[in-house]
Amino acid sequence: MKKLPLGLSQREALWAYAFLALPLAFFLFIRIWPALQAFQISFYQWHADPSQRQFIGLANYWRMFHDPRFLQALRNTLFYTLLGVPAEVTFALAIALLLNSVGKRFRALFRAIYFAPYVTPPVAVAWTWFMLLNPHRGVVNRVLVALGLPPQPFLSDPATALPTVTAVVVWQFLGFHVLIFLAGLQNIPQMYYEAAQIDGAHGWRLFRYITLPLLKPMIAVSVLMATAGPSIGFLQLFTHVINLTWQNPGGPLGSTLTVLLYMYERAFGAFEMGYGAAIVVFLFFILALISLIEFKVLGRKVEYR
Amino acid sequence: MKRKSLIVFLLVSFVALYGLSKVTITYWQYFYETRVNAIDLLIKEFEKENPDIDVVQETFPYEAFQQRVAAAIPAGKGPEVITLYYGWLPTWKRAGYVKPLPFTPDEAAFVPLIQVAKMEGKYWGLPTAVRSLALIYNKDMFDEAGVPAAPTTWEEFVEIGQKLTIKRGPMIIRAGFGIAPQGQDHHLVREVLIRQFGGQPYSDDYCQVMYDSPEGAAALKFYTDLQLKYEIGDVDFVANYRDGFIAGDIGMIIDGSFAIGTILKGAQFKVGFAELPVLEPGGTKANFASFWMHALTPRAYESEEKLEAAVKFLKFITSERAMRLWLEVVGELPARLTLIEDPELAQDPIYGPFIRALPYSYATRFYDEIAQRRIMLDAIDRVLKEGMDPADSLKIAAAEEQKILDEYCVSK
Repeated sequence: MKKLPLGLSQREALWAYAFLALPLAFFLFIRIWPALQAFQISFYQWHADPSQRQFIGLANYWRMFHDPRFLQALRNTLFYTLLGVPAEVTFALAIALLLNSVGKRFRALFRAIYFAPYVTPPVAVAWTWFMLLNPHRGVVNRVLVALGLPPQPFLSDPATALPTVTAVVVWQFLGFHVLIFLAGLQNIPQMYYEAAQIDGAHGWRLFRYITLPLLKPMIAVSVLMATAGPSIGFLQLFTHVINLTWQNPGGPLGSTLTVLLYMYERAFGAFEMGYGAAIVVFLFFILALISLIEFKVLGRKVEYR
Repeated sequence: MKRKSLIVFLLVSFVALYGLSKVTITYWQYFYETRVNAIDLLIKEFEKENPDIDVVQETFPYEAFQQRVAAAIPAGKGPEVITLYYGWLPTWKRAGYVKPLPFTPDEAAFVPLIQVAKMEGKYWGLPTAVRSLALIYNKDMFDEAGVPAAPTTWEEFVEIGQKLTIKRGPMIIRAGFGIAPQGQDHHLVREVLIRQFGGQPYSDDYCQVMYDSPEGAAALKFYTDLQLKYEIGDVDFVANYRDGFIAGDIGMIIDGSFAIGTILKGAQFKVGFAELPVLEPGGTKANFASFWMHALTPRAYESEEKLEAAVKFLKFITSERAMRLWLEVVGELPARLTLIEDPELAQDPIYGPFIRALPYSYATRFYDEIAQRRIMLDAIDRVLKEGMDPADSLKIAAAEEQKILDEYCVSK
């Protein structure tokens, strides 16, 4: 067999490309290509037979902004994000700080406890909470009543349903963010604290001027993931909502409806794939825009002089 | 050597010819054990009579069914014959997922409500079975509370409901009635109560919303009063009204005939069935009926042989014989008049109430079922959860629903 006239490094590179080819092809044909197709479909009136798809320009987009239910879904999704992301990140940071100050053995235990919900399937989480939160028979209200407190409607009242869903999602994904912050905290050199302490700083000032700035990259990752992360970002909320409100998805009165859930309803419930595609394309731009803003704001490097 | 190749040649050509002469068609429905079994039995009989046709049944979980169909048909995959909920027909038809039947069925042989499967003068599918609603009650609970018989008027219904309900503070321990708008009750309000209160939910062609009326408001008020005023149940009492009934936490539910099997299999008590109550003795009767229909996809039209085979199979599973088997195996009411009019069936303690209701049943002509269902749920929720006046709530619903009807009725 004739050897290719390649140097060692070139041959290594070739191997690397060979190994990369498969995942690359996967990404191109399974993820990128269909995503691009969604752009195309969004300009058409959907029909099962491709030859009968009618080009309708921006009609699907026009419809979107005149569809009160879509606008409600959009409002809700932004509200979920505004409520959920800060809650998720702050709670996670607080818990990580607490865990960082307890002994090593306990830290591992608590870390596992906080991480457990994250590795539980969202459907199982949603159904468990659905039962726990039942107004008449759920454990939560039984406890409340036993304590002499009034029972709460939780998911059944349009006013409390969205915050309730948010709470369940925060509960599930908290552990993921705790882990990010713990890693970040353990990377902060102890000497900064020691130096600051010698200068007389402690408590809040240590946190404000050392921990927080040095955690900034972690906060950026955490906020980005909580906002737009695949399957855990609030802008892509779907599984939790459809399972927590399975009898009337997005209800009561559309109060928990999200953009993705509405897309699903139109595309797969009414076979309006063109309209569904338009909704997804719009969501794509929102995701890109918000991620970009967050990245600009949080991505700046911290430097100590 | 020569002889060997000749044998191989003959064998290959035989297999090829045999394969060519045999048509394979695929049939899809969502997974429901008894229905899958029934179709399996029917396929076996059908193949015996039609040795040149192979039928393959494929099923999917209910939640994934529409999703699979949505993707498969445009990709040129999927079945030739498919079973869909009648309410989905307009959206499926508009998106080109089903094609009209190439023959005219004998309308007079079927129950009249199959006419909703007719659009633009053509039939787009036929059912094996139809379903209607009835009152289903826990007989043991009735005995215990000293209730001698099922209610025939709504007044009696409320009275019994109150006897059966047990509350502790604001929380319900046992509900007299399993209020379930998201179950069958949105049909109950739309097609039963509004008509019983003297109104009409839609114009006869279902192009005009008409429930936005004093009668409609009275009907919705009565329904929501079951929770708000008479307190015989609560929409949030249990996750699923049927499961709650089976568990013995609910005294009465209104459910479709498709639930008979599940309920009888699960209930540890005597179950009673009765026709839906009316407003006053001799008052207007009304019921909601529905069906799943077998239809042809564009794939059936791919070749003449396939179309012929698919039509044969569709006719077979909607024949009288198939319906008898279906009733036995699945427990669903047959869709042919000859069977419905069987006096023995009409007097059956279980099927009777459902069958007797068929002559006065209405099948809502839905245009965008998922949206129209949600609009009625919202109309109920606005009263139950936000305290809105029923008339105002129906006004909002009517405006919303009329937009959907306009889109279809005008474009038709």
